[in-house]
Amino acid sequence: MTEILDFIRTNLELIYIIILIIFIGVEVIKHIPAVLHTPLMSGANALSGVVIVGAILVMLHADPENYLALSLGFLAVVLGIINVVGGFAVTNRMLEMFKKKK
Amino acid sequence: MSLALSIVYLFAAVSFIYGLKLLGHPETAKRGNTIAATGMIVAILGTLVLHELTVSPFVYTLIGIAILLGTIIGWVIAIKVEMTKMPELVSLFNGFGGASAVLIGLVEFGNNIGNTSQMATIVAAIFIGGTTFSGSMIAWAKLNGRMWKDIRLPKYNLINNVVLLGLLTFAVFIVLYASDNSIYAYLLMLVALLYGVLLVIPIGGADMPVVISLLNSLTGIAAAITGVLYGNMVMLIGGILVGSAGLILTFAMCEAMNRSLGNVIFGAFGDGGASAEHAHHATSGVIKKTTVSDVAILMNYSERIIIVPGYGLAVAQAQHAIHELEQILESRGIEIKYAIHPVAGRMPGHMNVLLAETNVEYDKLAEMEDVNPEFATTDVVLVVGANDVVNPAAHNDPASPIYGMPILDVENAKQIIVNKRSMKPGYAGIENELFYNQKTSMLFGDAKSVIQELITELKGM
Repeated sequence: MTEILDFIRTNLELIYIIILIIFIGVEVIKHIPAVLHTPLMSGANALSGVVIVGAILVMLHADPENYLALSLGFLAVVLGIINVVGGFAVTNRMLEMFKKKK
Repeated sequence: MSLALSIVYLFAAVSFIYGLKLLGHPETAKRGNTIAATGMIVAILGTLVLHELTVSPFVYTLIGIAILLGTIIGWVIAIKVEMTKMPELVSLFNGFGGASAVLIGLVEFGNNIGNTSQMATIVAAIFIGGTTFSGSMIAWAKLNGRMWKDIRLPKYNLINNVVLLGLLTFAVFIVLYASDNSIYAYLLMLVALLYGVLLVIPIGGADMPVVISLLNSLTGIAAAITGVLYGNMVMLIGGILVGSAGLILTFAMCEAMNRSLGNVIFGAFGDGGASAEHAHHATSGVIKKTTVSDVAILMNYSERIIIVPGYGLAVAQAQHAIHELEQILESRGIEIKYAIHPVAGRMPGHMNVLLAETNVEYDKLAEMEDVNPEFATTDVVLVVGANDVVNPAAHNDPASPIYGMPILDVENAKQIIVNKRSMKPGYAGIENELFYNQKTSMLFGDAKSVIQELITELKGM
């Protein structure tokens, strides 16, 4: 119990931010028309590729001799950036299709 | 963290929120995507340039190669892939994001040996990332047709729940007592991977829209957790946005099927042997077959036609053919539109994307609530490769697994033409009494070739 209270005390700001962002996320997406379900999902998917920032940090912090960390980090960067680039590119392609038929 | 980098992250986080907001409206969606992408590029470049660490040129080169490699791969896949392959592509990319979170977790576990305060987030990243990675890969394989059958182990619900419980216990155990050896991180990853596989394997194709958006949401949560680990706001905000957006979409999909999320995850379709049996008995009747030329004549002399597309249309790549058919009929003064069920296909909005590729006009795509009252005044409904979303059992068979799911009320139309490859039941494995309806005629064959024959026939009239 005390650990939980301690956790809340030390991370209070973080908890506020998380809760507020959840509400922002819900409000921003609410009432989205069905036509945009796929582009939204694929755009959000690209956004979740923000883990790439963490992957880059892993590599920046890694000891140049630590080949395990470097290779795991390398793979994480490659996969993360595929998620980002592929996700945004394919969303753009989809929206391009939606646009031209107007 | 330098002030400059903090400002860069602030800018990126705001552009994520604003971009996502614009993505929710048809006229601004494209701009929204560009804004979010710009925020991402800024965040990545900022991280690379403004970190204030001493980094060897060797590591920098490695990072450069990784980014270049991933960019090329991602770009090529995104540009080359066919639009009909969109659901599996989204799963694939999503899986990569999850995998990235796992790898970060593995490295950071090694860096934080014995540091219990960070362990909870690291373990959570490995857990959630691993589950989404393997789950997305299974979803990808299923959508790809590499794994057509839904594999259901005996008592899979029990097995899954035991594995999940074991996974949670193991995660807590590691955080509390075993954060001193990296081997546990790898073990946890293996169990998480196993759970992801078990989670998605029994889920039928009709439930895929729910699963895909759920996995999408989970990757966001994994990203947010790694954000907490680094105290990195842009990861945290980006991840949570995706997490909550994904959850909303997931619930929207569940609502469209009148099922709870728990029911989709823990109780796959076609479970109750008794109910399936019952449904089978209820639908033993006579089916009426028809021919392409009969359908062509019927359509040619109709005033209003509604097309109901389903996954079969995507599989047969018949979207261009159906658009041509629609144009021919329209040029003859026939009022024609498409009725889109929210969960038709294998991902949210699948049919919209598919038909958008062929330049079908926006106002021809009618959503379920709007189009349902119109069936009664429609002469012909053409059902192409859809099954469960038009199954009247959802209305009148309480024993049916899809009972209560909102459907397209095609049975109210004067004539119903159903194009299917064979009498095989849909993905849900339920018989469809619509096929035995007196007003229904079956037009068997591959959607693309059947529609092309229809076009030829109509042109000759």
